[in-house]
Amino acid sequence: MKAFTYERPATVQDAAKLVAERPNASFIAGGTNLLDLMKLQIETPATLIDVNRLPLAQVEDTKDGGLRIGALVRNSDLAAHPRVRKDYAVLSRALLAGASGQLRNKATTAGNLLQRTRCYYFYDTAMPCNKREPGSGCSAIGGYNRIMAVLGTSDQCIATNPSDMNVAMRVLDATVETMDAQGQIRAIPMGEFHRLPGDTPQVETDLRKGEIITAVTLPKPVPGTHIYRKVRDRASYAFATVSIAAVIATEGGRVGAARLAFGGLAHKPWRVAAAEEALVRTGSADTAADAVLKGARGYGANDFKIPLTRRTLRAVVAQATRA
Amino acid sequence: MEMNQPIGHTPLDDRPDGLVGKPLDRVDGPLKVTGRAPYAYESRALKDPAYGAIVTATIAAGTISAIDADAARRAPGTILVMTHENVPEQGEKKEQVWPQLQGREITFYGQPVAFVVAETFEQARAAAMLVKVRYDRAKPKGLLRDSLAEAYEPKPMVTSPGVKPDSSLGDFDGAFAQAPVKIDVEYTTPSQIHAQMEPHATIAEWQTGPDGDAVVLYSANQMPNRGQPPLGSVLKLPPERVRIVTPYIGGGFGSKLQAVPEATLAALASKMVKRPVKVALTRQQEFHVATHRTDTIQRVRLGADQDGKLTAISHESWSDTAIGDGFYESSANVTRSLYAAPNRITRHRLVNLNMPIASSMRAPGEAVGQLAFECAMDELAERLNLDPIELRIRNEPTEDPEKRIPYSTRRLVDCLKAGAERFGWDRRAKPGTTRDGQWLVGMGVSAASRQNPLKPSSASVRLGSDGVLVVRMAMTDLGTGTYTILTQIGGEMIGLPPEKVRVELGDTNFPKASGSGGSFGAGSAGSALYVACDNLRDTLATKAGFNSADATFANGTVSAGNRSVALKDLAGSEGIEAMGEIKPGELEKKFAQYSYGAHFAEVGVDADTGEVRLRRMLGCFTGGRILNAKTARSQAIGGMIFGVGAALMEDAVIDPRHSYFVNHDLAEYHVVAHADVPSVDAFFLPELDDKANPLKSKGLGELGICGAGASVANAIYNATGIRIRDYPMTLDKVLKGLEQGDTQRRT
Repeated sequence: MKAFTYERPATVQDAAKLVAERPNASFIAGGTNLLDLMKLQIETPATLIDVNRLPLAQVEDTKDGGLRIGALVRNSDLAAHPRVRKDYAVLSRALLAGASGQLRNKATTAGNLLQRTRCYYFYDTAMPCNKREPGSGCSAIGGYNRIMAVLGTSDQCIATNPSDMNVAMRVLDATVETMDAQGQIRAIPMGEFHRLPGDTPQVETDLRKGEIITAVTLPKPVPGTHIYRKVRDRASYAFATVSIAAVIATEGGRVGAARLAFGGLAHKPWRVAAAEEALVRTGSADTAADAVLKGARGYGANDFKIPLTRRTLRAVVAQATRA
Repeated sequence: MEMNQPIGHTPLDDRPDGLVGKPLDRVDGPLKVTGRAPYAYESRALKDPAYGAIVTATIAAGTISAIDADAARRAPGTILVMTHENVPEQGEKKEQVWPQLQGREITFYGQPVAFVVAETFEQARAAAMLVKVRYDRAKPKGLLRDSLAEAYEPKPMVTSPGVKPDSSLGDFDGAFAQAPVKIDVEYTTPSQIHAQMEPHATIAEWQTGPDGDAVVLYSANQMPNRGQPPLGSVLKLPPERVRIVTPYIGGGFGSKLQAVPEATLAALASKMVKRPVKVALTRQQEFHVATHRTDTIQRVRLGADQDGKLTAISHESWSDTAIGDGFYESSANVTRSLYAAPNRITRHRLVNLNMPIASSMRAPGEAVGQLAFECAMDELAERLNLDPIELRIRNEPTEDPEKRIPYSTRRLVDCLKAGAERFGWDRRAKPGTTRDGQWLVGMGVSAASRQNPLKPSSASVRLGSDGVLVVRMAMTDLGTGTYTILTQIGGEMIGLPPEKVRVELGDTNFPKASGSGGSFGAGSAGSALYVACDNLRDTLATKAGFNSADATFANGTVSAGNRSVALKDLAGSEGIEAMGEIKPGELEKKFAQYSYGAHFAEVGVDADTGEVRLRRMLGCFTGGRILNAKTARSQAIGGMIFGVGAALMEDAVIDPRHSYFVNHDLAEYHVVAHADVPSVDAFFLPELDDKANPLKSKGLGELGICGAGASVANAIYNATGIRIRDYPMTLDKVLKGLEQGDTQRRT
């Protein structure tokens, strides 16, 4: 780990100012991902700005019946929050499907949004990686890519976003709220927050330099059965091979309304409007899966994710229409 | 004592309700849970240590063209950058301990190329990242499958020179050709990592004195006495000038059987900087700098008659290890003694690759050998339309089929029957026919067998005027419970409660002992202590004026007739000491000695996703006298859980472009989590083996893993009708079978 300067600003705006002023500065909250990255010198911030004591740990009802989740709300607390459990069960379930109890106790909402990929090659500084070192190449293409993406990939990067929470946030149409050094507030829809790798896989989100995430807001609850189905290699503490966040409302055993977001498939939570429409129109999970998997491409060891997505979607739709 | 004849009646037989066998809590438990048991890296015995960090090769084959260490040398706190250019002269490789930083040649990814010593841990690690190494790369050879043409018959291993890599009996080819029912299958097992909690760690101090140089290592080491000669060879010191201290070890599973480069590097650096140097491997380095279990390719051929009687058995295994090494995975050894058949072959072949050093991991040989063989037996049972337990019963041998000597004890069939009854094996249905919601449910069985060796060991005991018995030996406790069982043996033999027995282990200044490995620790060290206590009993009885044979030891006294004498009075102010020694003898040649068991697993396979989840598992075992019901059960279920991991997830994946393990951390190298093991239990059938050792016990440390994974694999088959022969049985492989099944049903 490289030596760094440590700062603990008193206000949210001070935090934004610090990160804007200092070269190579990072926020630290739970540190469950950043500290590992620093130990391996994958990230080498010169300044760490500790935001843990900022007043961003509240969960509040919004005027329109939604929920505003402070950036520092811990994953465990969010998963256990009564309104989240009652009105946004898919989020609670996604959170509890992630990581381990110890990690969830430390990890924060904003930190989870910014969690970095688990690509093996990204974590090994001896290997080329365009995300870690732009222009050095992608080791996962032509390498071992069982956990990599099959949708939205580029010839620069086939990494996935590993978060479970993000998939649920996407299906719930959450909005990420930020503040900059001037105190300006900006709202970023979840669908635009994460980027596809394209030619700049090192740029993972729409955040601008000097912005701090202050909250994530959820619109008013969506009726229907909330399902988070995570397909994983072990029963706990494993990232998703494929996951589906679904909110499906049924009318007389038929799908009336559907929202579907997918994890483990791409550099961002994957959501396809045409798939949701197809599911409502036809009631067929396979037709919906066709729309989701349009353009899907395996890289060898991850080929299985394509049939797995289809089969998992069938199971999710069956569960929702049974319920 | 040499085990040349059955032990006969012993004081441990006098009290079936005595201390030995009781489920005594670990005597070192409170120290561990309160953080007062210092592990190697935490020892404060050596003052003012500097911190080391290892720089490792990032290529698997080639040569170092240049090392630029200027920035590292200038970094804050740096004391030394040791490379091949300035490393002290070293001696020869011995066993699997290599001299370090020798020249420019790189033969595996993770090979140490520099060692940085600094004032603090952070400084050492930061400076290590500044060392820039340039290489001339060569194409590495990293896949066993691609190199089978070069496979050769390895030499017998140093640890068991009498065991040959190949064996044959009768006419396998002829018998197999004529067999009416045949199985010919290939199973593969992946490389695995020990993943023990405590990383390899050492604090070393090089000492110079009038008698010459010496080195002290506080080092996580399973077998400190075995560690002395190889380290002595490399460090150019007589073995007795290498002192290894290792009182507490946070797991090893074979990865700490021998010194790993960190110990050698710390010792050499201490010699150069003239102060203690401490270093621990990072978790990532554990995958490459330390050893691993090699991958294997195994071919099993079985020929049987229509009644399921085996006529021909062949088990062949290919494995690989590092360049310049001869370790091979002895997968087929267990097959030599497990089932009867007149015509048989076992064969091991080895390939040297640009891979890190392969070595022992929990039940080397049996663990992966039975993954293949016990599934092949399941396939044969299926072919014969025979219950797999019945198939095993029909092939139960009356003597060791290759050595043609009797078994000391063998209750495999009893284990299968007792386990089947308790597990509810009779509820097992035809493959692919049991459904519970989304889950396809199935049951599997496997036999378990592990050799029971006895290794030379010695112990000293001393009874003090305080009435406390102090036991000393260079034995180790890996976290298995050795302190506890030795306390029980000492207590029962001398008639003292556990709190009056103090066991001191893990120091080569103590009497030589087997150390922990190969399931021989408890039997060997425990027997040495037994003999020492037996000698002490003689001395005490004589001093009390009793005939030793009439004396009984209980409650801190020795009694005979109607007279009792307090032991602490006999000890006097000087105390009384005795030594004890055990050696293997004729009995290990006259009798085949194994521990046995049977595993039963029930799994659910998600019909949509192919995810496999264990539902419950039961093991029934025999291991001679059980020394502690609790630690024995823990060993058994620990091994079973290890086996579940081998069946379902453990897989150190090789990227052939770089010949390294891609998933080299515990986020992506999966060992089972608690949620993967909802219900696992083990029980023991009563047994005493008077030919094994004076305790009449047999090894248990590795028995639990032997065959465990095969029972899970067989349960997957029973659940789905899908036979996977490539471990681990991850969901993508199951999915392939499910998809094929769906296609077949549609057409």
